[in-house]
Amino acid sequence: MGDFAAKLQLYFSYPFVWYALIVGLLIALCSSLLGVTLVLKRFSYIGDGLSHVAFGAMAIAALVGLTNNVYIVMPITVISAILLLRTGQNAKINGDAAIAMISVGALALGYMLMNLFPSSANISGDVCTTLFGSTSILTLKESDVIICIVMSVVVIAAFLLFYNKIFAVTFDENFMKATGIKANVYNLIIAIITALIIVLAMNLVGSLLISALIIFPALSAMRLFRSFRSVVICSACVSVTCAGLGIFTSIMAGTPVGSTIVVTDIIVFFLFCGLSLIIRRKNV
Amino acid sequence: MGDLLLCKDIALGYEGSTVVSGLNFRITEGDYLCILGENGSGKSTLIKALLGLNKPISGMMIQPALKKVGDIGYLPQQTSIQRDFPASVREIVLSGCLPKCGLRPFYTKQEKQLAETTMSRLGITELATRCYRELSGGQQQRVLLARALCAAQKTLLLDEPVTGLDPKAQLELYELISELNKSGITIIMVSHDFTAATRYASHILHIGAQHQLFFGTTADYLASDVGKMFSLDAGTQNEGKVSDNG
Repeated sequence: MGDFAAKLQLYFSYPFVWYALIVGLLIALCSSLLGVTLVLKRFSYIGDGLSHVAFGAMAIAALVGLTNNVYIVMPITVISAILLLRTGQNAKINGDAAIAMISVGALALGYMLMNLFPSSANISGDVCTTLFGSTSILTLKESDVIICIVMSVVVIAAFLLFYNKIFAVTFDENFMKATGIKANVYNLIIAIITALIIVLAMNLVGSLLISALIIFPALSAMRLFRSFRSVVICSACVSVTCAGLGIFTSIMAGTPVGSTIVVTDIIVFFLFCGLSLIIRRKNV
Repeated sequence: MGDLLLCKDIALGYEGSTVVSGLNFRITEGDYLCILGENGSGKSTLIKALLGLNKPISGMMIQPALKKVGDIGYLPQQTSIQRDFPASVREIVLSGCLPKCGLRPFYTKQEKQLAETTMSRLGITELATRCYRELSGGQQQRVLLARALCAAQKTLLLDEPVTGLDPKAQLELYELISELNKSGITIIMVSHDFTAATRYASHILHIGAQHQLFFGTTADYLASDVGKMFSLDAGTQNEGKVSDNG
């Protein structure tokens, strides 16, 4: 046990471990806040689609040779988020078909660009890093951490300020429109915040696993809690705890950060499912 | 008692194509207007126009008392999203106060108080902390009715409020709406239900295939040719239901 503590102490003497922990917890918090809304609005898949778009954008950024690819990835992802929401309303192409189209298209385009214009010798390594996040979270620079903190503050502030509106628009868009509230504006805000979170989270878990970070805490919380506010709070707690546990485990056991966090989320989900069954049986 | 709304020969539709035309009716404060019509007759387009979300293509629509979008409390049809939504009754009723907030992010004490009084008025105070998805259909409609009343205190527009309720819950909801009307709230209800409409409403607007078949008081409606025809129709429908159950 003393050995374990000594190892932890050693790791935490390095700043990059602290960076990873700060960034990881912030991203987990942000993604879980919006996750509840996305799951309830039947937009779970939008996170997946957007993360693939971000993957494609990343390939383009590598191609152009930008050192900080956030400048390309961020605008492309935000624009796609807005477009996806628009097509969902237009109904000329079904919302889910549009998401599938854009996400698969971006994935294919990104992979092709990476192969045509390789930025390093190890293409499959690059692709794997972008898709699964791998170790990039342990190589964060101070500037990355600052960007992440600023973005998280923006996301959390926006969520708190618009909390009541986000609830209302999620629960009943038609009613909100009828009372003169511009529901589309709030849908747009939700889409933009989602895109921001996804770009942030790509560093942590990679583009394939982002959806898990958004969806699992919300689903776990919905097993046990029955009001919107308690679901949101529980989802945030679950997500932050899982991210923390996941990062510790991955440091100690040497497993990939992203997938360890997601596996922790999955375990908690099944725990909560079991708990809700027990509670229900007691009540009956 | 002033006019709330006066429609003179209005036509409604989207992007040039007319859905329903030739609508002439007026709504006075304290009325209980029931809008009858088959599916596809333009009822939902008319709802949008009444709520101010859709402007008439032609004709005159004068709304002396309804200044802006949101002056009518709206009870929409339920969506599939709501059936498994984790939200407490209080949260939902309170969201009816949202239009009053404008850009202010949180509710004031007065708004919270309004939500509480509205809940006690509709007899759902003891449900306040319950989860919406665990309520019965009739209770859910009461919650949404409370929300609509928080948004607008004088006029309510109800879109097929009894759909999917069992007969007892239907009757209770109709009685509740009728009580609200007697306390001075103007009711506009869209419905299929001929029997209930003629029993509770003070005025009937009947829309046929894309044009108006009748507008007037319920007594006049029952005496008119259209009313007679549909009362026969409703009669046979009810008989059908009875034999189904037997």
